[in-house]
Amino acid sequence: MTNLPFEVPTTSANKGDTDGMDFEARGQWAMVLHRFLHNGQAMTGLLAFTLMLLVSGVYTALHPNQFSHLSTDFNQGPSAAHLFGTNGIGIDMLAQILKGILQDLQVAVLVAVMSVVIGTLVGAFAGYYGGKIDNLLMRFVDLVLVIPVLVVLIMLAHIVAQQADNWFYLAIIIGALSWTYIARLVRAEFLSLRERDFVEASRALGASDWRIISRHMIPNAIGPIIVNATITVAGAIVLEATLSYLGLGIQPPAVSLGLLIEQGQSAATTEYWLFVYPAAFLLALIISVFFIGDGLRAALDPRKNRVRS
Amino acid sequence: MSESLLDIKDLDVRFSTSEGETRAIRGVSMTLNPREVLGIVGESGSGKSVTALAVMGLLAKNAKITGSIHLGERELLGLKDRQMSSIRGLKIAMIFQDPLTSLNPVYSVGWQVEEAIAAHQDLSNEQCRAEAIRLLDLVGIPRAEDRVDDYPHEFSGGMRQRVVIAIAMANNPQIILADEPTTALDVTVQAQVLEALQVAINESHASLVLITHDLGVVAGLASRVIVMYAGRIVEIGTADEVFYSPAMPYTHGLLGSIPRVDDDGGARLRQIPGSPPSMIGTQPGCPFAPRCPLRQDVCLTEEPELRAVSSTTGSEPHQAACHFAVDVVSMPVASMFPDTSDDHEELPE
Repeated sequence: MTNLPFEVPTTSANKGDTDGMDFEARGQWAMVLHRFLHNGQAMTGLLAFTLMLLVSGVYTALHPNQFSHLSTDFNQGPSAAHLFGTNGIGIDMLAQILKGILQDLQVAVLVAVMSVVIGTLVGAFAGYYGGKIDNLLMRFVDLVLVIPVLVVLIMLAHIVAQQADNWFYLAIIIGALSWTYIARLVRAEFLSLRERDFVEASRALGASDWRIISRHMIPNAIGPIIVNATITVAGAIVLEATLSYLGLGIQPPAVSLGLLIEQGQSAATTEYWLFVYPAAFLLALIISVFFIGDGLRAALDPRKNRVRS
Repeated sequence: MSESLLDIKDLDVRFSTSEGETRAIRGVSMTLNPREVLGIVGESGSGKSVTALAVMGLLAKNAKITGSIHLGERELLGLKDRQMSSIRGLKIAMIFQDPLTSLNPVYSVGWQVEEAIAAHQDLSNEQCRAEAIRLLDLVGIPRAEDRVDDYPHEFSGGMRQRVVIAIAMANNPQIILADEPTTALDVTVQAQVLEALQVAINESHASLVLITHDLGVVAGLASRVIVMYAGRIVEIGTADEVFYSPAMPYTHGLLGSIPRVDDDGGARLRQIPGSPPSMIGTQPGCPFAPRCPLRQDVCLTEEPELRAVSSTTGSEPHQAACHFAVDVVSMPVASMFPDTSDDHEELPE
């Protein structure tokens, strides 16, 4: 390829130095952003995700109670008044789906935040200190890893399912059990990072362990962390849907996509809109998040740098 | 002895490895005087870097260290990591070999210089930044105020090493340990980096320990030179003594293997045959004996002590660890090593 897939930035032309090229004069994040923006799949995912988030956010803000509003239009198919039809007690499916998307994301984001914070800290300490601390923390990770989320939730179902804001408890439980992947990943990154000269150089400058971990090593491991946070979001949506489908997750009157699928499945052949639309949106949501994650991975991976191809 | 800045006595460093115990440093003693440039030379694995890391307290956890390292009045060995942190960077700064990896790629160079300043000094952000720009300017970064927000990858190797030097001098340390500061660099930029080092020690009134295997670098800067081999000091003296009348065959070998401008042409480089000994376990005798052209029976059984070769005007005599140091010192440089003409093609004149 002779034509470069990007334009040489003009803003940095005045930064050119006397003994260097100004070709590379864009920051690391600008490069990442550039690669991400030129990834069709990732942009499709981002567009779809943003659209779903925006529409459901705006709609739910404008009609906060629509998702539980009973009308006399029972079991109606898709029409101009009810785009996705209504269910057996006259609730508009569109309102429910949009509310469900928000609910799912609420759970997923809380899970991802928990996973990132716990996983990064555990992985960082294990990888940085090594030896006994590493062994202890990683065996704990192994222990958490073998606890099946489903079994825990089935056991705790009678408690969790009866809470008023049970999405929160649900997210806490999923989050408390799903940080292990990030922990292992961060540990692996740290094992290689701690041998790097700049880490020793900061030690030679008198930096404390915590400063080296938080200011020097975590920023260098941020790529894999971001990517896995995205994947955790997708995973949490799937898991929430699974649990709600089994009746262990979100409880009515709250709605989630998994719950809607569960409620609609019995009518899948007769009143298809009760089942097909929530399922389609769940699929779209998960795939769009995966596309974003995959795009981020490609953008953050320097080996994927195809700028010179 | 006049008050020395750094006083290392009988330093011994062992690493336990799966193949046995490696004796990386064996009974090294040296002193560093204020505002002195001390060169430590030797080939890879001779213990140069381990000595520096031992001083910084940065050796791996499996290292067993005995002996003593005094910084002024203070014993550094056995200090806790936290106590050591207050010395690192403030009293002793270190410059690492590879500027490509010793700067953190995700921060601007200015941030990293500022971090070094803020680690030990109580300055406002603006003051830190101004100081960072001043330091970068001092070590020869052109238009430092424009480049301060640039990232390491936007700098050339030589400029990056100058940034590292700026970081090292940020807190006016008493000692700067430079571990092969020019090895990873182009020959053409080495001189610039050495110039920056000179600026750094002038500005911060620090002593410099210059660890290298490049004798040319040492000759240009150092006033005293230590030659290390297999974890021991085998020769110590002023730069003139070591360069013009080496008293240890190994030093002869090192000097014979670098090209000289004042050669009358046609002379071959002479190489030291063999390779350094394994550091695992202990062999009797002089560690250099297997490679030494002057080897006698005594060399294989008895390890020579570091002994004075001649009395000099300086406070410290010229010393060498060789049974025949007194004879070796009067030999022409590298004359005992065989010519290597038959190993190489004839070079065009």
